[in-house]
Amino acid sequence: MILTQQLILGVLVGGLYGLAAAGLSLTFGVLRVLNVAHGELLMLGGYGTFWLFTLWQIDPFLSLLGVGPALFALGLILYWTLFQFVVKAHEEVRIKNSLLIGFGLTLVFHTLAIRLWTADERAVTTAYAGAVIKMGAFAIPLVRLSSLVLAFAILTALHLFLAKARWGRAIRATAEDWEAAALMGIPVGKTYLLAFALGTALAGIAGGLVTVSYSISPSIGLEWTLKALIVVVLAGLGSLFGAFAGGILLGVAEATSAVLVGGAYREVVGLVLFLVILLVRPQGLFGGRG
Amino acid sequence: MKLLVGGILLAVAFAAFPLITQRSDLLNLGIQIFLAVALAQSWNLLGGYAGQITLGHAAFFGLGALITRILWVNGAPLVLALVAGALVATAFGIVIGLPAFRLRGAYFAIGTLGLAEILRISVGNLMPEISTIPAAALVSYDMLSRYYLTLGLAVLCVAVVAALVCSRVGLGIQAVREDEAAAEASGVGAFRHKLLALALSTALVGLAGGAFAYYHVSYYPQHVFSPVWTFDAVLITFVGGVGTIHGPVLGALFYVILKEILAVRLVELHLLIFGVLFILVVLFFPGGLVEAWSRARRLITRKG
Repeated sequence: MILTQQLILGVLVGGLYGLAAAGLSLTFGVLRVLNVAHGELLMLGGYGTFWLFTLWQIDPFLSLLGVGPALFALGLILYWTLFQFVVKAHEEVRIKNSLLIGFGLTLVFHTLAIRLWTADERAVTTAYAGAVIKMGAFAIPLVRLSSLVLAFAILTALHLFLAKARWGRAIRATAEDWEAAALMGIPVGKTYLLAFALGTALAGIAGGLVTVSYSISPSIGLEWTLKALIVVVLAGLGSLFGAFAGGILLGVAEATSAVLVGGAYREVVGLVLFLVILLVRPQGLFGGRG
Repeated sequence: MKLLVGGILLAVAFAAFPLITQRSDLLNLGIQIFLAVALAQSWNLLGGYAGQITLGHAAFFGLGALITRILWVNGAPLVLALVAGALVATAFGIVIGLPAFRLRGAYFAIGTLGLAEILRISVGNLMPEISTIPAAALVSYDMLSRYYLTLGLAVLCVAVVAALVCSRVGLGIQAVREDEAAAEASGVGAFRHKLLALALSTALVGLAGGAFAYYHVSYYPQHVFSPVWTFDAVLITFVGGVGTIHGPVLGALFYVILKEILAVRLVELHLLIFGVLFILVVLFFPGGLVEAWSRARRLITRKG
């Protein structure tokens, strides 16, 4: 009874984990850059939605149309100023340096957010925030359900873009083998730029959705980076729907554990899962490129 | 040679400092510098010399602090408590290192980050109450003994790294960092050397955690597992000069003093400054302060 209700909530939050992970998976899969500031980018997106709502009463779902492009632009800037220097190195150094740069960014964004917006927790409370869909004894919060559907829709759109569009195919080719892609006339630098900015935009949109259903504060970054990392490890790279499924799996695992061992260990369960998978199957549960 | 003399002089100066004044705020500043040196130098051993970036240094600092605090508060001799803390930190380090080192790339870094968070949350759940030194021990609380303990620890960390770097094993560790395959081909076991660096690094940072537990009067047990300790270690090492012996020492001096100056006016601003400095160092100036210093000197001598 309680378990079923928790499972429903777990699936709903899992969609956001999947969305957050998709962005990380895209940048890691294409650029071989592990941006540990991904959670901070998500936090910035969340604040964008929060301020648009608080200052001008813009509906949080509508504000994503502004937050997404804004974070896309931030992604462009970050790539131009920092990550384009990182991707020049070969793979080992690239991952190492990107970890370090991301780590520095984590600190900068976190400190800036505290100074600008204080350490308080914030959330958006819309007029329809309390609406639920009753299904027998269970309740499905409308806002969270819409977030899940929206997350799925965004990932589907992105999947179609990667599958069909010219630039999407360039991204996939570059992910597969950037040298071969370069020889085929694909501008690898621009492809990297696009993939990185798309990943950042995904983080921002995920952050906006987090603000509607849950809450944000300057220190949520690490938690969400870890969630995204867990899902990427769970799902492997290279598939957006794999990331979505992995996110839902994590949400369900957390919900189950919250019922079984108590909510205090919610975060631990995912991390333990993460360590176990790292040790046993480093290529991820669903396979894909390692 | 010059470095050795400089290091000894610096250590002697710090050791003699309490003879001049015993103002507790200055002693406190000293203790913070020494802890920062230990934290950064132990990270430097693994991240700088062995090339294994870890983002979970806090896990081992915290374990050392946790074990030492529990044993010491319950009446165990301090030395025993410190050693036990270091051993537990090392044991955890090896448990995570054994499998993680077989994987390449980022797995070790994010694996240790995950471990640190697991410990932080679990300890917070299991021990939610603040840990305070018992009243009996508080009466006889003596700042000077903390000062010398942490100074000794900082000297130990620098000495261990300095001795290691010159040794055969130390050269092996650096060879593995430069090129694992080439090192293996020359008969240097990569796995063995990485594990040794990890064991030493976690033992030293475990000791640093233990010293913190002995020094700090009251704190939440969760606090010693906070990512802040990892931040400090990585920032100090890189801004000072990663993979050098004196880099972390210079970095620690710079970091703690800047923090002290800025803390009076603006909270946390030092993190912003160091965060930006750190990114610049990683991208454009991999030698950190140490390289900046030698470049500046070359520039001056050329002109002079």
